[in-house]
Amino acid sequence: MWRHQLMTTSRCFSTSIRALHWWDHVCPAPKDPITSVTEAFLADTSPVKINLGVGAYRDDEGKPVILQCLRDAEAKIAGCDFLESISSAVSSKLVEESVKLVYGKDSDVIKEGRYAGVQALSGTGACRLFAEFQKRFHPESQIYLPNPTWSNHHNIWRDAQVQQNTFSYYHPDLKGLNFTALMDDVKNAPDGSFFLLHPCAHNPTGVDPTEEQWREISHQFKVKNHFPFFDMAYQGFASGDLDRDALSIRIFLEDGHLLGCAQSFAKNMGLYGHRVGCLSVLCNDMKQAVAIKSQLQKIARAMYSSPPVHGTSLVSTVLSDPDIKALWVKEVKGMANRIQTMRTNLQESLWQLGSSLNWQHITNQVGMFCFSGLTPKQVDWLAREFHIYMTHDGRMSMAGVTTGNVNYLANAINEVTKYGENA
Amino acid sequence: MFQSPPLLAALLISFALGSVYSIEDIPDVDGDRDFGIQSFSLSLGQEKGKVRLGSGNLTVWFHKEKSNPFINTKSSGRISMAVAVNVSRFEGITMAPPDPILGVSEAFKADNDEKKLNLGVGAYRTEELQPYVLNVVKKAENLMLERGEYKEYLPIEGLAAFNKVTAELLLGADNTVIKQQRVATVQGLSGTGSLRLAAALIERYFPGAKVLISSPTWGNHKNIFNDARVPWSEYRYYDPKTVGLDFEGMIADLKAAPEGSFILLHGCAHNPTGIDPTPEQWEKIADVIQEKNHIPFFDVAYQGFASGSLDADAASVRLFAARGMELLVAQSYSKNLGLYAERIGAINVICSSVDAAARVKSQLKRLARPMYSNPPVHGARIVANVVGDPTLFDEWKAEMDMMAGRIKGVRQKLFDSLSAKDKSGKDWSLYKADWHVLLHRIEQSSVKIQRKPTSRSNKKKESENMTNKWHVYMTKDGRISLAGLNLAKCEYLADAIVDSYHNAKGLNSV
Repeated sequence: MWRHQLMTTSRCFSTSIRALHWWDHVCPAPKDPITSVTEAFLADTSPVKINLGVGAYRDDEGKPVILQCLRDAEAKIAGCDFLESISSAVSSKLVEESVKLVYGKDSDVIKEGRYAGVQALSGTGACRLFAEFQKRFHPESQIYLPNPTWSNHHNIWRDAQVQQNTFSYYHPDLKGLNFTALMDDVKNAPDGSFFLLHPCAHNPTGVDPTEEQWREISHQFKVKNHFPFFDMAYQGFASGDLDRDALSIRIFLEDGHLLGCAQSFAKNMGLYGHRVGCLSVLCNDMKQAVAIKSQLQKIARAMYSSPPVHGTSLVSTVLSDPDIKALWVKEVKGMANRIQTMRTNLQESLWQLGSSLNWQHITNQVGMFCFSGLTPKQVDWLAREFHIYMTHDGRMSMAGVTTGNVNYLANAINEVTKYGENA
Repeated sequence: MFQSPPLLAALLISFALGSVYSIEDIPDVDGDRDFGIQSFSLSLGQEKGKVRLGSGNLTVWFHKEKSNPFINTKSSGRISMAVAVNVSRFEGITMAPPDPILGVSEAFKADNDEKKLNLGVGAYRTEELQPYVLNVVKKAENLMLERGEYKEYLPIEGLAAFNKVTAELLLGADNTVIKQQRVATVQGLSGTGSLRLAAALIERYFPGAKVLISSPTWGNHKNIFNDARVPWSEYRYYDPKTVGLDFEGMIADLKAAPEGSFILLHGCAHNPTGIDPTPEQWEKIADVIQEKNHIPFFDVAYQGFASGSLDADAASVRLFAARGMELLVAQSYSKNLGLYAERIGAINVICSSVDAAARVKSQLKRLARPMYSNPPVHGARIVANVVGDPTLFDEWKAEMDMMAGRIKGVRQKLFDSLSAKDKSGKDWSLYKADWHVLLHRIEQSSVKIQRKPTSRSNKKKESENMTNKWHVYMTKDGRISLAGLNLAKCEYLADAIVDSYHNAKGLNSV
């Protein structure tokens, strides 16, 4: 769309360009649908405002949290004179521990070293590295993204110039998984297609396949020889249990898929601003793993050279120190539990207010987000009148809900929905 | 599908097993059907259940027991098809060549000789050849630790406090362009990340426009523009005959380039040659660029390291801005604040109007979002604290002076050692003249010794001799980074250089 705009206004080779006005043809970019919510929230001066936009965890006072395990890790590494001399060692450690987290420390791929793992700039960076890698080595391939998915997935594969499609995922009436349509799309896609899957806590819907459904999907992927690429951004947030949340990936692993996986430590370790993540691609053998890793590093070298060391050191310390890691596991469970409690509270408040709509999905959905079913009009209304901010698709970050604001929120939602969608 | 041997094998095996299954076991009808296996089960059908899902009316097949000839199930001991059908999609991928610069450090690490010397990557080392964390950085980090700052996402454009100080450091806080808010500044992942954002901007808004890069230039420039799909070509820069700037060649090449090209310039301390244009030459370069309607694109990776003065090192950029030109400037804090591993830098686009700057900034953000969403916070906070605090800022300047001074001392000693050791009667004054100039006018963290080989292959042979015989690691283009040298090893290095120059196999003596 923007390319078309650009072509019609571009006059970069016109000799009439004056040196002073190179950027006349540059239009203002549309606001990012997620970060712009936070911007609007920050600009609001109301004392009762609530930010349910970006998926960043908040405590019950609505404040950002620095996990205790991180404080312990910071203390452990403080005063270490390292920077660039040990950064590659730290990076390797991070990758080692990250892949164990997602594949299981006893998995064969890990024992046999059959993975190409590189550190990445959180989930976005990992996805982008993979998209560029896919484009470079399978230039004609396409990516199938679930409908809906995190909005930035579309940007990432588009900027990597990989053609994209969507596959059915969410059933708006059921507010659940449209499994048959999903399976149809998987079957109808050309053999050997690349698919992006959310292994748990689907963003934005919070709707995940059941274990049985995952097994069927995995089987069908084998039949069709599809490439499964997992974007693991919320490990620990879906069920509170890190291993349980990796179940889908482990099912695919059992079935022998040579999958790819992007991991983010933004949410589950509260390291948002440090940009720490990992990209892994499973391989036939170590030789191939080394080759693929070298190619991934080459792509990274021309994008940002190497990832920032501070966050890396923190994650590496947390994951490799047994005591700190145990503390982390507890804290992740704590965060997931608080969100679960808020889901229940919100649902109960809505029922108590006498709302006649079906709010079952609030507790059916998992992870940080609730796909509320609110329309864009209702979302605007909530912002305008009640100073409650969420993305236009009705996605609410439950991490922004507290015992202090849940009743206010329930009341507001009830107000905007009680007369139906046409109100 | 039928052209692929593994799949064909799978098909044949499946066919065989399919017949077995249909007799002995509960068949996998779907599997049979998908692979075109005619089994009794397929033709007879099997037990099924129907479920309505919402508004759908599809039939779901239930199996009494899930069986799949393609999965190795432990209980039945069937052959695993996983290997046969599971050829990696990335089978044909070969090993990427080692990075010419970073690969040097890897080779160095692997060397066990105690005399080894790493003069590869341009990272500052102390006299003890240890990495150096600046004191101001430690102080800033302690402050940050005490404050216990949150780790929330930065906005896509980065830390506002950092963006402010970095533009001011580059242009001067009182600069008109800053006062008029005509600079679009976006935090980037050090120099590389900032260059890549700019390259992506060029690709999107000036499709087909070329970037002209100096010959030679930093090795990673080409990778960045290649991956960003921006075409590039070279302009003459280094003259091996004079061991100096080929100014006429450079001007001629800038004039010959298609109008509206982007000209990549090194703001100071040209990498790898260490040779910078004089102020008069910069004026002439600016003239040609304006005349040809080119757009200047500065890479400033060593502000503070060239002359020891932050302001003096930014003079070239400020000259262009003062002429009212629109330009791009990538900055890095890897070397001058020793923040290599934190990946902190910025891309600045100086525009002709506030409106243009706002629009350009919004599009830079749009490019950054699908690359990494938002930049890392730690390095940005360090820079903001150091540059934004007058006391820390002064301390930083003093530390930079010290670092530049150490390198200056090392360069002088190396020159003295070379002159003393080389008894061949070879005239090193060629280098002395330049070194004299280099010593007093342009002090850089990496002096690039360009010997005068008669051919490319000689240069390479010298490098190889340096590495293989003397365990001195450098890049193949003959660049040595003096930041990796100390006074104690100057004589050893001089021996190595003299030996390589005169004795490297196949070398023509000059």
